[in-house]
Order: sequence, then C-alpha cells, then structure tokens
Amino acid sequence: MLRLVVRRLLQLIPTLLGLSVLLFLWLDRLPGGPASAILGEKATEAEVARINRALGLDQPVYVQYWRFLKRIVELDLGTSTQTGQPVWDEFVLRFPATVELSLLAILIAVAVGVPLGYFAARNRGGWLDVTAVSGSLVGICIPVFFLALILKGVFAVELGIFPSYGRQDTGIDATSVTGFAVLDGILTGEFDASWDAIMHLILPSVALASIPLAVIVRMTRASVLEVQDEDYVRTAEAKGLKRSVVRGRHVLRNAMLPVVTAIGLLTGSLLSGAVLTESVFSFGGIGSFIRTAIDARDYPVLVGFIMFIAMVYVLINLLVDLAYSLIDPRVRVH
Amino acid sequence: MSVATKTDKIQRLAELTATKETSTGASLWREAFRRLRRSKMAIIGAAVIALFVLIAIVGPYLTPYSPTAQTWRGEVFPNRGEFVGPRGENWFGLDHLGRDMFSRMLVGARQTLLVGVVSTLIGLVAGFLIGGLSGAFATLGGEAGRRVDSVIMRFIDMMLALPSLLLAVSVAAVMGQSLTTVMIAVGVVQVPVFARLLRGAMLAQGGADYVLAAKSLGVRKRRIVLSQIVPNSLSPVIVQATLSLATAIIEAAALSYLGLGNPDPAIPEWGVMLAQAQRFFDNAPMMAVYPAVGIIITALGFTLLGEAMREALDPKLRG
Repeated sequence: MLRLVVRRLLQLIPTLLGLSVLLFLWLDRLPGGPASAILGEKATEAEVARINRALGLDQPVYVQYWRFLKRIVELDLGTSTQTGQPVWDEFVLRFPATVELSLLAILIAVAVGVPLGYFAARNRGGWLDVTAVSGSLVGICIPVFFLALILKGVFAVELGIFPSYGRQDTGIDATSVTGFAVLDGILTGEFDASWDAIMHLILPSVALASIPLAVIVRMTRASVLEVQDEDYVRTAEAKGLKRSVVRGRHVLRNAMLPVVTAIGLLTGSLLSGAVLTESVFSFGGIGSFIRTAIDARDYPVLVGFIMFIAMVYVLINLLVDLAYSLIDPRVRVH
Repeated sequence: MSVATKTDKIQRLAELTATKETSTGASLWREAFRRLRRSKMAIIGAAVIALFVLIAIVGPYLTPYSPTAQTWRGEVFPNRGEFVGPRGENWFGLDHLGRDMFSRMLVGARQTLLVGVVSTLIGLVAGFLIGGLSGAFATLGGEAGRRVDSVIMRFIDMMLALPSLLLAVSVAAVMGQSLTTVMIAVGVVQVPVFARLLRGAMLAQGGADYVLAAKSLGVRKRRIVLSQIVPNSLSPVIVQATLSLATAIIEAAALSYLGLGNPDPAIPEWGVMLAQAQRFFDNAPMMAVYPAVGIIITALGFTLLGEAMREALDPKLRG
C-alpha cells in the first residue's frame, strides 16, 4: 500500500514538470503580456519596459523558467492583478467554498446516481430504466450554466425557496474558523449559520451535479448489467446465498469498480463546471474568481489556478486508485 | 483418389472458407448498419441531425427578416425590463436590440454546426495522428517503441489533467478572441480523448492473430498498421466523433458564456445568443430559452446517434 502511494507520487513529478513547461510557454506567448494587462491599452513603451523589468521579463527564457519553477515550488504564484494580493492567499481564502460545493455535488450525484443506475439495470426496459436512461442523456446535453440560470430563475427568483446568490446571508454574523461555512457553524454552535450556508449551497450544487449524475447513472447501469450475468453471480445464487448478499457483495461491489474510476475522472469536469455555476450564483469560490480573472486577464491567477487544479486532479485520481484497492482485493495483490 | 483431384478438392475447400471469411469480415459494418436502422434511438438521433443540417443549409435563405437589422429597436427597453415576446410578425419575439429572434435562430444554426464540425475535426485529426503514432509504436515498435509510446501518453495524460474549459481559455487567451479561436480551443480539448481511444483500440488489436499472421508472413510494419490495425480500430473513434459533436457545441456555448465566444455581432450563433440573453434572464427568459433549446436538441441528436452506434458496433452484442 505504502509502496503504491510512493510510486504514484513519484510519477506525479514528470507530469507536473511537463505541465509547468507548457504553462510557462503559454505565459510567454500571451499577446501584450502582463504589462499591457496592468497598464491598459494606453501604455507607453517606456512604461511597458519598466513593468517588464520589474517582473523580470527582460531576462533570458531559461532564467525566467527557472524562476517560475522556483516560485511554484515555494507556492509563490505571484500577485493577482485584480486584487493586488498573493494568488496563493486568494486561493486559500476561496478554496473552502469550492470544496463544499463540489463535495455536495458529488455526494448528490453518487447518492442519486448509483441507486438509480442499479435499479434501472435490475428492471431493464421498465419505466424506471427508460426514464433514467433518457434523463441522463438529456442531463449531459444541457449546458451547465443554462441549467443554473433556470434553477435560479424558478426556485430563487420566482418561488423564493432558496437564496439566489452568495454563500451566506450578510445579515448572519458567522464566525469563521476553518473557512468551510457549514462546518464552522457546527463547530461554533451557530447552527443557523450552517443552515443558511446549506440553503445557499443547494441550487448551485444541483446544477453542478447534473453532468456527474448523468455519467454515474449510465456507468452504474451498464456495469451492473454486465456483472449480473457473470458466472460467479450464478454460482453464488446456485449455492443458495441470500439474495441480498449476492446483490450487495457480488453484483454491486464488482459493478462499482468502473464507477469509482469515473468519479475520479469527473473531478476535472466538476471544476470546469464550478467556474460556470459559481459565476451564475456569484458564489464567491474559486470558480467565480476565475470568471473575473478571465475578464480581467489576470494571468497570474489563471496560471496558478491551472497548476493548482492539475495537482488536485492528480491527487484525487491517486485517492481513487487507493479506493480501488480497498474495493478490489485483486488490485492489492498486484 | 488421384493427387490432382485431391489438390483440386483442397483448393475448393480453401476457396469456400476464404469467401466465408471475407463475408463475415465485411459484415461487421453491414451488420452494424442493419442494427442501427432498427434502433429507435438511432432513427430519432439521425432525424434530429438531418433537420438541423437542413436548417443550417437553407435556414439563412428562409429568414423573414434580416438577422442583424435592429428594425424594432424602439419597442424594446432592456433597462426598464421591457421586452417583446412572440407575436404574429415575430414568431420568437425580439432580442434586446430589437432584432427578430426567429431569423437569428435560423441563421445561427449554420454557425453552430460549423463550430461543432470544425472543432471536432481538429480534435479528431490531431488526436488520430498522435494516438495512431503512439499505438503503432506500442504494438510494433518493440522495447524502444513502448518507451516512445509511454512518453506520448504521459503528455496526453497531462492534457487530460487540465479541466477542458481552462484548456480552452488558455488557447483563447493566446490567440485572441475570434471564431477560429473558439473552434481551435474546443478542438484541442478533444485531442487527448481521440488519441487515447485510438491507441487503446490499436493495442487491443495488436495482439490479434491476424497481426501475428501478417508479421510472420513478413508484411511490412507500416502496411500492417495502416491496412490492418488502424481500420480495425476505427469504430470507437467514429462513435466518439459523433458524441464529440454534441460536447463541442456545448463547450462552445460555455466559452461564449465566459465572454470568449465569437465577438462578431453580425453573425448570430446559438451559444453567443444564449450568453447574451442571460443578462436579461429575469425579465425575458425566452430569449435564452430558444437558443438553449436549439443547443440541447441538437446535442441530444448527436448523442442519441452516437450511443446507438456504440451499441450497434459493440462486438459483445453481435451474433
């Protein structure tokens, strides 16, 4: 187990190194560069040169790359041109919001998707199956931000059941401990703050869950269909095991393997989706920050974010691999 | 039995098995097509796509009004929240600048199709070359080839580790804002998907008996790859291309939403229309709903056909 973790962590290094080269080249190729982004269009050449010198852009490329790499390793991702604060601090400030949102979205997708896919497969061709399959097809085809707009328009603006923007009502004086609004409320005993944060989370996370949900329903269904005809399932039934045991231990457990992989791969699309949903609901997480960074051409933030996301993505997939070995003893042996 | 009749008999037998062999070989596609025609999903999907393509081709000639003329400018006041919904002369109502929505939808179909097809083609061609190269090295290149393959695949994994939207944003940032940028940005996102699929399928074919047979007969490696392995690895790629048309259209809409879409206001495109309409969503939701429904139905058409093709080509369901 430990060896697996170490080996996977070592494999990370070339991937991240390659990524850093790509990002550096990308930064280098940007039209106008950060100077014109800071100064605007009316910048004189002398001013551009001054900024370039200040940012070290007049040095040879390899020197710049080496400094870029050193800064990344030290978690110094530069300063946001929008807020003037270090990019890393901005991320740390906003990361909990996005984590809460993504976790709830994945939770919804798994809690609804796995049972739905399972029962759809068990009643193949029935009404539940047809609804689940066609529903998941439609779910993949709806642009996430449009779904978010509709949910906001109906449940927040028209019906007024849920708040339409933000993470928490400004009227609630919540104490921040960890930055995770729901958790903070529980830790400090301010349960109204937790409840308010949860209400703010529901619409964005439902919108964000749409694509993972659709994918999980279809994966689970296909996987259960394949597994339930396997010889070992028939053997288990023939030797008189209880139905619940066969279904739980033989069918569902084996059917979950590809689904777990899919959940890991979905994190990437989840973060793309977070950029869209968060900006519809002005959620104040990393997603909405990126949205404004795109508008403002805040390149340090964009580069830092891409690097950061790549790390998160690789780490989550490492966790998925480990989860895999917990579910499937065969993986542990090899 | 004389030797002559004996060889004659063997020859006949060989001919018989040979014809049988080719008939089962050719029938993979014919069989798939036959099953596709019987699939409800495929028929609905194909019908939707046919309608969409038809609108994209003839739509611009059928518009009742100019899609860009702000003819009814004096009737729409976005600041006061006053919009004009569907009525006799404007079937889909007006947009925020007093332009006819129905005409804009008709013209927009062509742009939307263009974005979908071109970006998928970019992803397909680049992914095909990278994946094909990698697959060829892995199956027939020996130890050195496997090393080349693993370097290429590391690179592809790196691309996969980037969220697609940010990859697209990066491309858009370097190239500036234009229709070409949108197509390239959406296409680049598809490259690793196609590359991985083709390589995977080629690896699966690489161990097949017919490849071994060709190798032992001394067929040149290039010929084995091009005329045997690649053609037999195409079906997942074709399925993915169909599904990618749907994702490309949706991704393009998302880029437009982020303000990176086609900046040319003279050419309506569904994604851009949807992105513009979201500002007025509270007062005029229909302005967003028309292009959104257009995008959803089109994407659904490609998805249905793609899924049906996947089922029709699945060797496990054959026979």
